[in-house]
Amino acid sequence: MATGAAAMAAPSVFLLAVSGEIESGQFPGFDDLYCKFCFVYGQDWVPTAGLEEGISQITSKSDVSPTTLVWNFPIDITFKSTNPFGWPQIVLSVYGPDFFGHDVVRGYGAVHVPFTPGRHRRTIAMFVPESTSMLQQFTSWLTGRRPEFTDPKVVAQGEGREVTRVRSQGFVTISFNVMTKDLKKLGYDVTPSDLQSPSLGPGAQGLHKY
Amino acid sequence: MNCSEESQTTITELPEPAGVAEPRAQLRTGGTMAAARPRDAPGALRELPPVPSTSRTGIAELSVRQRMREKLKAAKSKAEITLSQEYPSPQPRRLKGVRGRNPEVRLDKVSDNDKFREMREDETHLPPKVKFRDSVKKLKHKSTFQNDFPSEEEAYNFFTFNFDAGRENMKSGARKRNGLNEEDEAEGECVETHEDEQEEDETDEDVHLIKDEDLFMGRTDEDFVVMKPAECENYSEQLKREKEFLFIPSMLTVPVSEKMPENMQPRYLEDEGLYTGERPFVSQSNQNILENRILRQEQGKEWFGDDGKILALPNPIKQSPTRPPIFSLEEGIAPELETVYRKAIKMTSANQYFVGPGDFQGLFQLDIDISGLIFTHHPCFSREHVLAAKLAQLYDQYLARKQKNLTKLLTDKLHALRNAVQCSIEGAGDGVPVAQQSISEYKMEVRETRRLRDAEQEKDRMLLKTIIKVWKQMKSLRDFQKFTNTPMKLYLRKEEVDQQSDEKAYEAEIQAEIKELLEEYMEEYEKKMEEYKTELQDWKSWKKMQKSKKKKKKKDINEDEESEDYDFDEERIKPIPPKTASRLEIEQQVREKADSCRRKPGEPVLIPELVLSGNVTPTEECPRAEVLRREDVKKRSAFIKVLFNSKEVSRTVTRPISSDFRVHFGQIFNLQIINWPESLKLQIYETMGMSSSTLLAEVFIPVPETAVLTGSTPLEEIEFSSNQRVMLDHEGVGSGVSFSFEADGSNKMTLMTSGKVSNSVSWAVGEKGIPLIPPISQQNTGIPSALKNIDAIASIGTSGLTDMKKLAKWAAEAKLDPNDPNNAALMQLIMVATSGEAQVPDFFRLEQLQQEFNFVSDEEFNRSKRFRLLRLRSGEVAEFRNYKQVPLHEREISEKIFQDYEKRLQERDVIDSKNYLDAHRAIVANYLQKVRESVINRFLIAKHHFLLSDLVNEEDILSLGILGLGLFKLAEPKRPLRPRRKERKKVTAQNLSDGDIKLLVNIIRAYDIPVRKTVMSKLQQPSKSSRSFNEMFAASPSAQSPASSPDWAFNQVLVRPFVEVSFQRTVCRTTTAEGPNPNWNEELELPFRAPNGDYSTHSLQAVKDEVFINVFDEVLHDAVEDDRERGSGIHTRIERHWLGCVKIPFTTIYFQARIDGTFKVNIPPVLLGYSKEKNLGMERGYDSVRNLSEGSYITLFITIEPQLIPGESVREKFDTQEDEKLLQAAEKYEAECTSKFPSRQCLTTVIDLDGKTVFITRYIKPLNPPQELLDAVPNRSHTAAELVARYVALIPFLPDTVSFAGICDLWSTSDQFLYLLAGDEEEHAVLLCNYFLGMGKKAWLIIGNAIPEGPTAYVLTLEQSQYVIWNPSTGCFYGQYDTFCPLQNVYCLISSDNIWFNIQEYDSPVRINFDISKPKHWKSFFSRSLPFPGLSSIQPEELVYQHSDKAAAEELQSRIEKILKDKIMEWRPTRPTRWNRYCTSTLRNFLPLLEQNQGKDVEDDHQAELQKQLGDYRVSGFPIHMPYSEVRPLIEAVHSTGVHSIDVSNVEFALAVYIHPYPQNVLSVWIYVASLVRNG
Repeated sequence: MATGAAAMAAPSVFLLAVSGEIESGQFPGFDDLYCKFCFVYGQDWVPTAGLEEGISQITSKSDVSPTTLVWNFPIDITFKSTNPFGWPQIVLSVYGPDFFGHDVVRGYGAVHVPFTPGRHRRTIAMFVPESTSMLQQFTSWLTGRRPEFTDPKVVAQGEGREVTRVRSQGFVTISFNVMTKDLKKLGYDVTPSDLQSPSLGPGAQGLHKY
Repeated sequence: MNCSEESQTTITELPEPAGVAEPRAQLRTGGTMAAARPRDAPGALRELPPVPSTSRTGIAELSVRQRMREKLKAAKSKAEITLSQEYPSPQPRRLKGVRGRNPEVRLDKVSDNDKFREMREDETHLPPKVKFRDSVKKLKHKSTFQNDFPSEEEAYNFFTFNFDAGRENMKSGARKRNGLNEEDEAEGECVETHEDEQEEDETDEDVHLIKDEDLFMGRTDEDFVVMKPAECENYSEQLKREKEFLFIPSMLTVPVSEKMPENMQPRYLEDEGLYTGERPFVSQSNQNILENRILRQEQGKEWFGDDGKILALPNPIKQSPTRPPIFSLEEGIAPELETVYRKAIKMTSANQYFVGPGDFQGLFQLDIDISGLIFTHHPCFSREHVLAAKLAQLYDQYLARKQKNLTKLLTDKLHALRNAVQCSIEGAGDGVPVAQQSISEYKMEVRETRRLRDAEQEKDRMLLKTIIKVWKQMKSLRDFQKFTNTPMKLYLRKEEVDQQSDEKAYEAEIQAEIKELLEEYMEEYEKKMEEYKTELQDWKSWKKMQKSKKKKKKKDINEDEESEDYDFDEERIKPIPPKTASRLEIEQQVREKADSCRRKPGEPVLIPELVLSGNVTPTEECPRAEVLRREDVKKRSAFIKVLFNSKEVSRTVTRPISSDFRVHFGQIFNLQIINWPESLKLQIYETMGMSSSTLLAEVFIPVPETAVLTGSTPLEEIEFSSNQRVMLDHEGVGSGVSFSFEADGSNKMTLMTSGKVSNSVSWAVGEKGIPLIPPISQQNTGIPSALKNIDAIASIGTSGLTDMKKLAKWAAEAKLDPNDPNNAALMQLIMVATSGEAQVPDFFRLEQLQQEFNFVSDEEFNRSKRFRLLRLRSGEVAEFRNYKQVPLHEREISEKIFQDYEKRLQERDVIDSKNYLDAHRAIVANYLQKVRESVINRFLIAKHHFLLSDLVNEEDILSLGILGLGLFKLAEPKRPLRPRRKERKKVTAQNLSDGDIKLLVNIIRAYDIPVRKTVMSKLQQPSKSSRSFNEMFAASPSAQSPASSPDWAFNQVLVRPFVEVSFQRTVCRTTTAEGPNPNWNEELELPFRAPNGDYSTHSLQAVKDEVFINVFDEVLHDAVEDDRERGSGIHTRIERHWLGCVKIPFTTIYFQARIDGTFKVNIPPVLLGYSKEKNLGMERGYDSVRNLSEGSYITLFITIEPQLIPGESVREKFDTQEDEKLLQAAEKYEAECTSKFPSRQCLTTVIDLDGKTVFITRYIKPLNPPQELLDAVPNRSHTAAELVARYVALIPFLPDTVSFAGICDLWSTSDQFLYLLAGDEEEHAVLLCNYFLGMGKKAWLIIGNAIPEGPTAYVLTLEQSQYVIWNPSTGCFYGQYDTFCPLQNVYCLISSDNIWFNIQEYDSPVRINFDISKPKHWKSFFSRSLPFPGLSSIQPEELVYQHSDKAAAEELQSRIEKILKDKIMEWRPTRPTRWNRYCTSTLRNFLPLLEQNQGKDVEDDHQAELQKQLGDYRVSGFPIHMPYSEVRPLIEAVHSTGVHSIDVSNVEFALAVYIHPYPQNVLSVWIYVASLVRNG
């Protein structure tokens, strides 16, 4: 059997550590929103640590900067996997009260966790499913039961989406800090790590001589 | 048309303007009025109803006309004379147009001329002129048959000439009459016809007709009565006015002269032999129209080419195809389809900025020094700046020239040469020919040098002059504008020269030049003289010849005199002798030249000096525009971006542009690079104020040579310029805008923003003094390395590189090392080329790119376990569907993973008799498996078709009523006193994982649990545990026999039952209750785990697990061995005795969402040590209903938490052989029914095993039950019915939902069912129904809802005016009013020829009327409107049964017994399992008896017998009866009883199996399990 050192040399899984936060959202016209997130990943992926799902606090717009709803909701999760297929996606769904105080969905969105190590910022355009008819729209507005996806994870999959009609609604900004372990050892070269374009070289800033 | 007479006359008085216009229109209509009536009255033409007084008007007309004609004639002749004098002849071109001459040509001409005269004044009159001519032509045409009328020329003249009398006459008449409007209009029309010559005749006509109509239709009587003053407009005025804005291009050809600029002859390029190309075809008339139109425009002539035609590109359409034909190399394959495989090539260019592994050689450094920026022009330059820049430029030039000092150099050279010439001439006395040679060369040189020097001198002088001129300009500008912008000052330093010496030198120079020139001219003269002489010679000889010829001619007159004449004509000129150059002339020339380009002797040498010491006028003193300019400049700043390989790497700081338009940066950028740079670029940006920066220009900097190192490079100035156009509103001259220094605005100049960047680029030097320069070889990465390293080109030539064979040959000869990686590319190329040539693909590849994407070869792909696993998983193969974490390495995948799968694949065809113990059943199982797979495959496809409802949860539209209710609900109390169960939220199965789903089993109570009998107690009178069929229906329910034994009331503990629920091997139990009617009311929670962790709908549907609800009796045995301890402690042993069980499949729960009801506990026919007690006294209230049924009951509530959404059936339309009409009717029927009763299922069509839609009545047909069964009880048809029902129930139950994963209900026909020996309720029900029909009963199929099955099928029979409901899967029957009947709802009844849907208010069998003849209660499918079409049954004519095979049954029996015994021992791993043979044999003997009696009425005998035989054993055990399908359920059943779990040390076991065979291999299995504990 392989000793510890041998296992080090030939890892059988790679790890993907994602931390970061759901920073803020822009939902013009809506307020008091909260956000749910969950990760969707393929069959070869297993979360090893951290929260797979979470729900944020309700945030209100500030009077000073009325455009963004800040959650700053941390995400921290580590996956292990044997196969990059089914790379994790974070699925966000934002909810908030409507005119009558019913809790309705304000947006769904999903984005893949970046696969290059480093800090990444993503702005996700959010959308909600549309009512199938004007009457439906009216009644759903009245009853506060807007159409929702049967499962927020629907937005992370492509299958069957053609039957839905959605309307875009707002943005959510997420920042990711991504670390990978053993990915390159296993032959998956995702990082142009030896990309050292002169523009990015350490001395490229130049000496400013005045 | 009530025109008065007067109006008529007015018309006649008019010299026929209408006659000019109207007849034309009328005549062309041909068949209308003009043809119908003689045209005697022109006025009448317009009047639709004939006027009565035509004759009179005719006379009046004539007289007037006559008079007029005479006048006209007189006037005309006068005019003619004058005209013909003025314009002697009209242009012949015009005449051309008038074809078909007639005697009136002359008049035509006249009128033409007449008009022409007017038009001559203006050139633009051309088109009307033409028009007019046309009109005349038409009129003339008409006039041939209108002799009575004033002819056209008369009419025309009437309008054009002024003859006062007639005019006045007319006018006076017109003034009086109200009909004049018409005349005006007629006049107008006349004009129009003149104007509209170009128009189509029809439209012309239409216009008139419409006008006429309008004229008369819109007119009421009053209109004619009203008197109005005449509005007479002068026709010519009108014409003139209209000419101003109307233009109708003529269709006639425009003369070439008009299209060409003046005094230009058309030039035909084609005639000159130039290719002009074919013009696209445009019809001549259109072309003419266009030309006429264009000519009207101001600059129309620009549109015409040299040849007088409109400019046009040649026709772009080519006559022949230009695509070259493709010739195939291979025959047989169309060349276009031939595919050539090319291996994917890694693009090197994309990678060149990356460092491949291994060739990273450290960072290199490039230093870019950007010192500053100088604008040579800037939009903010004032005029003075422009001049200053010019001056500075000139001065720079001057300095540069001065530095080079070419003039001096050339002068020196000239002197030297002259000296040399002098020397050689002096030394020529030696007569050396070489010297002679060199002298002439020197002379040539001298001449050349002198010319150059002169040119340079002239340039110098010009430069100086220009500098001075610009300076003067600047000075004057400064004076003019009264301020200075630039500190520039030009000083002209005079350098006094010695007058004497200077003059001398000057003179000497001139003299020398003159001398040289003289020499030169002399040489030339001599040369020319020579030429002259030879020429003269020639001429003389020619002359002589000429003379001799003449003489000859005189002698004989030659025939070819003409040719001779030719010679005479060419009189040869006598050559003129060349002139000798005069010295004076030359001298003059030289002096003139010297004057112009050389400083005059004695004149001081002027040395300009440009200094920047001048004062710039402070801003306050400047005029406003200048202040604005300066402010603008101050706002501006510039910066430079450094771009490396087109990527911005750094930028300078933004510096303001100084007032002298210089920007100083002085920054050095150190670029650390890895590869040889591809390009270096500077981008100059200008920012203005706060606004964004604009790119002014880009400057490419050459990449420095490797020798250029930092520290040793001078600054270079690189010029740039921008083509940006800037206009400013202040003094700034702008850029790209023309401006002038002159007051009159002449001499315009346009300057573009331009400037110079001073910079330097060099390679840095490293610490150790090593220049940091990347290897230069990296520059040419594009060349394949193999070809680069070995010079193949040199050896075989360039063409050889394309010829693979040659290349291969060369490679072989050169003995290239094929293993050298450098040669790899080449070797591969050669290999591919040579081997590939032989192969001709004999297939057409559809996905020719597929190969590119194959990351491994197919063999490897198939070999690899990992890929296989991945593939199977993505193919959703059952075993791997949810396989998690496919290992990354091949070695981590064990072969075992595939074993099951492979085994299954193999077993598909191999019949495994071991598992099934029965060949037939094995075959059937295989068959079922195949059907299942094909259905599942179909389902898998359908699964990926999503509906909106699958993805989006949307509330249904609320109808108005519900909406109102909803509003009403708002007023409801929040917490009502009587709360109602709310529907739970359903959860989709996708996002679930293990542990999320729980099965909730609520055990409420049980009734009639068997009670213990003490061994010693006497046998009680058996309770009424069963009823005979006859009793039930024939007799009214008799009162129960008073069975209550006197002693039970005193018996403290009859039974201590508890319930144990086991599901997926998880066991939960309730507390122990007491008594035969216990009340637990406990909720048990069992976790649910889906197979493979796959919680998708279809996987859940396929869960085969069942929930076992077992009822046990807890028996406490006094375990104290020693009586002495009895006082001090309690030692009891708990035993539990299985009393019965209820099995509920998970799928039922899944589909039903909840199961709520009272179920009959499946109690074995014999429970040793227990008896059924009827405790009438205690439950009086239930007696009346209870006593009808036997057995124990348990009330349960089962549900899944959270509630799962059951999958939907496949939305797929199955093909069918049914009539389309019938299907439509069925659909309509179903829709009608479900709209009324949405909860009731209406079934009209079902799907058969082949996946085809079949109408349901086709399944019902009388069929013969096995004769054996009928023979067994020949007389009693009721017993026979029971027997048949039992037979049907013995056929194993296999729900479709399990086998076909809830896709659809597949109905098999009865013979299929009997062959498969497996089916669900429908098949059982159909078979039973058919049997009953075959036995002559009245039977129907009930589609309804039962517990626990859910939607199911039962059978209804009519027995002696009572309806009996049969449960086909258990063989039980119930009366209509039996409360414990599991059938809860009845939806429809089906017979062989009709379907009845229950439209009664209730659907519970107790409350409905089964009389199908009442249409109020039952809606039938086939009715009078749609009669039964006589659908043939799909059932077979007759069922053929195999006879029961006793021997096989016995063999099976012993095998099962052995298996079960092994299993029990297996379940008791820690304790020994002893088998009591004696008991076993007793039991074995007893089992056939049970079968015979069908489990009834045997208990007591049996008990007694057992008791007798076993004596002192305490026996607890029971027989289990099951239909046989396979071994596994039997094992499960035995396990669920928990007999094996008894852990008394001295326990013994007994197990007996009996299989009773029925026809068609239906087997009834009895298993008797018992545990024996020796008493005492």
